[in-house]
Amino acid sequence: MSETTVPSVRGPAARGSGGAHAALTEPRPVRIALTFAAVAFLTLFLLLPFAVVFVEALSKGLGSYLDTFAEPDAQAAIRLTLLVAVIAVPLNVVFGLCASWAIAKFDFRGRNLLITLIDLPFSVSPVVAGLIYVLIFGAQGLFGPFLQRHGIEIIFAVPGIVLATMFVTFPFVARELIPLMQDQGTTDEEAALTLGASPWRVFRTVTLPNVRWALLYGVLLCNARAMGEFGAVSVVSGRIRGLTNTMPLHVEILYNEYNYVAAFGIASLLALLALVTLAGKTFLEWRHADALAGRGAH
Amino acid sequence: MTAGFAPTDALSLRRDAGARPIEAAAPERLRHAGTSVRVDGIVKSYGGHGPAALEGVSLAIEPGELLALLGPSGSGKTTLLRVIAGLEIPDGGRVFFGSQDTTDIPVQRRGVGFVFQHYALFRHLTVFENIAYGLRSRPRAHRPKEDEIRRRVERLLELVQLPDLAKRYPGQLSGGQRQRVALARALAVEPSVLLLDEPFGALDAQVRKDLRRWLREIHRETGQTTIFVTHDQDEALELADRIAILNKGRIEQVGAPHEVQDHPASRFVMSFVGETARLPAEVVDGQVRVAGRTVIAAEAGWPQGPVDLCLRPWDLTIGQGPGTLPGTVREWRRTGRGTVAEILLDGAEAPVEVKVTEVYEPGDRVSLAVGAARAFPRG
Repeated sequence: MSETTVPSVRGPAARGSGGAHAALTEPRPVRIALTFAAVAFLTLFLLLPFAVVFVEALSKGLGSYLDTFAEPDAQAAIRLTLLVAVIAVPLNVVFGLCASWAIAKFDFRGRNLLITLIDLPFSVSPVVAGLIYVLIFGAQGLFGPFLQRHGIEIIFAVPGIVLATMFVTFPFVARELIPLMQDQGTTDEEAALTLGASPWRVFRTVTLPNVRWALLYGVLLCNARAMGEFGAVSVVSGRIRGLTNTMPLHVEILYNEYNYVAAFGIASLLALLALVTLAGKTFLEWRHADALAGRGAH
Repeated sequence: MTAGFAPTDALSLRRDAGARPIEAAAPERLRHAGTSVRVDGIVKSYGGHGPAALEGVSLAIEPGELLALLGPSGSGKTTLLRVIAGLEIPDGGRVFFGSQDTTDIPVQRRGVGFVFQHYALFRHLTVFENIAYGLRSRPRAHRPKEDEIRRRVERLLELVQLPDLAKRYPGQLSGGQRQRVALARALAVEPSVLLLDEPFGALDAQVRKDLRRWLREIHRETGQTTIFVTHDQDEALELADRIAILNKGRIEQVGAPHEVQDHPASRFVMSFVGETARLPAEVVDGQVRVAGRTVIAAEAGWPQGPVDLCLRPWDLTIGQGPGTLPGTVREWRRTGRGTVAEILLDGAEAPVEVKVTEVYEPGDRVSLAVGAARAFPRG
């Protein structure tokens, strides 16, 4: 905004990659060596395993690869994974919007605590997260007797899986939105208010459109994690085939049964999800870099 | 205003307001042209940070007046503007639009047009939709029909001289064009009061000059009560009917441009509305003495005893004889308007630029004759 309106003198240091790189250029051999090291590392640890997934999945031919998905247990796992994502992602979107709105637009007591809490799932091992839910809702847990009396199943059932997934994916949306909303400030909203818009209309027509690409970005990451989560879900799921097995859990079970084609077949779906996420993420970063960073043309 | 502009359209924006059924439909708005605004004892403090506080500010703005709130950053001028708009809730004091107490009316229903310093245009909406936003925000019962909205937006685009940019997005506009769109958007809701926060602050000098003249004309066309905030004294002096000068959350002086310029009420006002040289002096027996030498006669109402003698550079000329002030030339240079010498008067803290006709070297001793001066209690 101000970049275009205020004539500003920008030193070379103002942009890291701008005019400063001439002084930072390394000798050619060093550059080649560094690039090679990075590419080799990526190939060995990322691309190779990725390729292996598809090679193994198709090792007995396309027919048996497709048979994997005809299996009722596999279909149940796929359905459950989708169900969990369909519940967890929208709830996290709502939560993320609320939290980032509160943090970015208002100054209140405990704001920093809230920011720290949002990050908690990143710093806690997913297994611990799963155990927490077992301790709270399990048969021997805090609310166990109460839940049993009322016939509510959480642990070793779908609600537990959803809860664990939500816990793990908690930060994704909020973390994307908070810096952007803080950067954008509140003047757009104030402008809408002076024009007579109701708070809901302000949110719908000003706040939300201002963060839409960052929100989509967050949803993408959140969804990828929700579908791929293993640790926390594995603790609370109980791994009942056809009932509480998500795709990642199903992969492990098949693998442990030496059913490599099926295991890698399901894994290939998760790998494809990763590819789609990556493509979407790259597209957003390429097309809407400004909107994501909050310095969009005003 | 340019030839392409149709005055009747612009006038109808306000003057016909009462006659049009669509206007009469919205009940809680204050929609007579040129509402007076009065703030009474406004107190506002922040917990140590945020914009400047206000310490009991009272001010009355006439209907249709163009008033400038002038002051340095941190003087509270923007806070006062935001209190009038309803964007800030004062800790004490009342705000009146006409005879109505609007202190407790929320910003959405206060009927103000606010132009933000950085315009705050909705970047995902076209220019047309930005201007239409206020009309579309009205409750369904009072919302104009689509063709009425179209007509009004087009009329406003004419008024701000951007009729061809309706389909552009704010990101595709220059700073000056954004400013015009922001003004059109604020005018679209037919506010009773138009408030502008540093309207030209983010623009370069030439655009700023054009827009100033243009805003003056718009104001003449619409007769809207207008309050704008600025830290630029030239802007305030050129544009405003009256200027309210704020300092540290208080109003130092309110008056027409010539009043604040020629009869500043305080040393702060004096030095803020124009370049000023300041000398410690003493008023004794109706004479102003600097370093023991009598310079000029004291005017009626000047304080006795130690004072700050304030001088405008254009009231100083190179001269000789009694009553002149000695000083040292710091620098001499040519400018587009002749030659000037930067002279540090003996006893002054900062040098002044004085027009001269001869060539001087740095270090030359000169004496300056005083055409006019003002004295304020030493502070």
